[in-house]
Amino acid sequence: MNFDLTEERQMLQDTLRRFLRERYDTATRNKILASDTGMSSEIWEQLAELGVIGALFTEEQGGFGGKGFDISVVFEELGRAGVVEPFLDTAVLGGGLVADLGDESQVALVEEIIAGTCQMAFAHGEPTSRYDLNRVQTSAKVDGDDILLNGHKAVVVNAEAADHIVVSARESGAPGEDAGISLFLVPADTKGLTVQGYALLAGGRAAEVMLDDVRLPASARLGKAGAAFTAIEARVAAASVAQCAETLGAMDTATHLTKDYLLTRKQFGRPIGTFQALAHRMSDLLIEMEQARSAVINAAGHLEADRKTRESNISATKNLMGRAGRLVAEDSIQMHGGIAMTQEYELAHIAKRIVMGDHRFGDTDYHLERFIALSVA
Amino acid sequence: MDLSYSAEEIAFRDEVRTFLAEKLPKDLSDKVSGSDGDDLTKDDMERWHAILNEQGWLVPNWPKKFGGAEWNAVQRHIFEEEAAAANSPRTVPFGFSMLAPVLQKFGSQEQNDYWLPRMLNGDDWWCQGYSEPGAGSDLASLKTTAVKNEAGTHYVVNGQKTWTTLGQHANMIFCLVRTDKDVKQQEGISFLLIDMDTPGIEVRPIILLDGTPEVNEVWFTDVEVPVENLVGKENEGWTYAKYLLTHERTNIAGVGFSQAGLNTVKRLAKSEMSNGKPLIFSPQFAARVAQVEIDLKAMSTTNLRIISKAAAGSAPGVEASMLKVKGTIIRQEINDLARRAAGVYAMPFASEAIEGSNAGLPDPLGAGPVAAKYFNNRKLSIFGGSNEIQREIIAKTTMRG
Repeated sequence: MNFDLTEERQMLQDTLRRFLRERYDTATRNKILASDTGMSSEIWEQLAELGVIGALFTEEQGGFGGKGFDISVVFEELGRAGVVEPFLDTAVLGGGLVADLGDESQVALVEEIIAGTCQMAFAHGEPTSRYDLNRVQTSAKVDGDDILLNGHKAVVVNAEAADHIVVSARESGAPGEDAGISLFLVPADTKGLTVQGYALLAGGRAAEVMLDDVRLPASARLGKAGAAFTAIEARVAAASVAQCAETLGAMDTATHLTKDYLLTRKQFGRPIGTFQALAHRMSDLLIEMEQARSAVINAAGHLEADRKTRESNISATKNLMGRAGRLVAEDSIQMHGGIAMTQEYELAHIAKRIVMGDHRFGDTDYHLERFIALSVA
Repeated sequence: MDLSYSAEEIAFRDEVRTFLAEKLPKDLSDKVSGSDGDDLTKDDMERWHAILNEQGWLVPNWPKKFGGAEWNAVQRHIFEEEAAAANSPRTVPFGFSMLAPVLQKFGSQEQNDYWLPRMLNGDDWWCQGYSEPGAGSDLASLKTTAVKNEAGTHYVVNGQKTWTTLGQHANMIFCLVRTDKDVKQQEGISFLLIDMDTPGIEVRPIILLDGTPEVNEVWFTDVEVPVENLVGKENEGWTYAKYLLTHERTNIAGVGFSQAGLNTVKRLAKSEMSNGKPLIFSPQFAARVAQVEIDLKAMSTTNLRIISKAAAGSAPGVEASMLKVKGTIIRQEINDLARRAAGVYAMPFASEAIEGSNAGLPDPLGAGPVAAKYFNNRKLSIFGGSNEIQREIIAKTTMRG
């Protein structure tokens, strides 16, 4: 047993933390949030140069990391600073699927992604699929040498900025079946692809992606026909590690801000943190922080394990982070009082990141039921 | 013990239902359903006030001699329940339910004759100047000063108020100000009525975390207020402030809001699909909904028990604090369920919806801005005496040695 980070990961964490502390303060981020694109290309390029994206891919894929703990180190720091740039969608999801499944010509894209010159999105969820990964209705029909895609993809994060969108579609079987789902690498300018974008409450942008007779060559397929589900589930597991680590970083910021505030804000002639009612609540948050940190380690440390071990740890962690995250976000706001309700205060953004993280890749209830199902299976 | 309404109470309920069916404009109820009325404009709210006023129901809490309906607590509860079920806007409380009872009890004849009819006619929009940046839970530490000029005709007010809800619409503000610095904090506070158009007043909006501009900072620089605008006696404002805070408490539990919110959650969970079935059949989600519904049923009865006592003439004290704590916990839990129910569609930012154009946002369930509402309603356990302050009141009252 060893709970220390490797030297390389420790260095990455230090570099990233320093960079974000200096370059990604509240004012900078509030400007990014108010911008039309909802992201900063300058920050993107600088973080790519620091190796943030490369750390999310294995050596064979052209990166220098790609394991669970590489992902968790990077995303905890992004979460701590409340970063809204779509590293999860471009690198872990879109880029990850291309790296996992792509043929020689397709994986060439990974180099551009690592260099920071290519944006990606993963269009998978649909209006009626909620968090179920196999409820794909979007259809892929072979038409001569081509494939025609038709369907509606819901809340696709980073779809507007993406140069390529990885789209899931069903070639056979019924919604709710694992078999029959394929993935396609679709260039953003493909005819029949419509992207209706909007801002997200916690920053960044997403879109409804409409596929209306999108015609692709068969070479656009990623991996084998109808066999993408296993890869999708594994990638979403990696994305869940990223999401949970991001939430952990944000929770750490929330508890630090709250602790500082309790020690400085005075009412009734003394710091409010000296009131036992608040001091004990703060202690509870710190206890839950330790639970959350361990849960993220469990998920990251089992990302390379067999499917059942991996997924059971992912669901356990997502469930715990949903609960602990809500507690930390709500209690941090409550103990601050009115100031935390204002948009310009750091905690407001951080609390939104924490809570809205529970709406990606399955919320705390979804993963409780999934954990039970995996346990009895 | 009888849990059913009397014949008179049922007749009253039917009268309220008929009124709401006939007089509540559809565009207003449409705005209230979905977003709790957050996107009602000033005109919308004033229009509803005028409709209620014409019916004689604008101020159910006022005695008849001031032009009120003088309903008892059960009648008021019935109205609130029906109004919530019909998605009726709430009346804006600052004048009708907060200032008016203070004027009626402590104000002069002239003040009542002048200000009360103006409230009913919609001539004035009142807001509340209580909290300050340094005086939140510890309200009595407020620092905004009012010093009488040499001629004795005016108070000169300097300082800053904050969290002034809907101050952007107001032309009048009632304020707690410090008129004596040399005595115990609570004994140097006075209650002033201030015209917002007086030179030296500046209103700055505070944007909340969900993007809404519903609260403000109000700054006072050498603002001259005629001495006639002092309510009651100088340095006795704290008594009036406490009276105001404990007087209007029948709706503190927010039962109507919670009931309407729970109905929305159930509607969403019946149409949202999860694992091939409506979400309402998902055991974990269904258990959460049932749990809060069970709590709400009990709290609704607690609420009725307490307001019946108030109707019999005994004023609610510590019970009001209990209702506020439990009521906000339940409302916030319902907001959390609505957010959960919407799934990934809770993520889009509904700022456009708040500004009145919802066109660009995907919302297949017709859920409205549920996540924004969840964040906005974190305020419920903070304002009007935070839940920690309420618990302190309960403990101090019940465990006094």
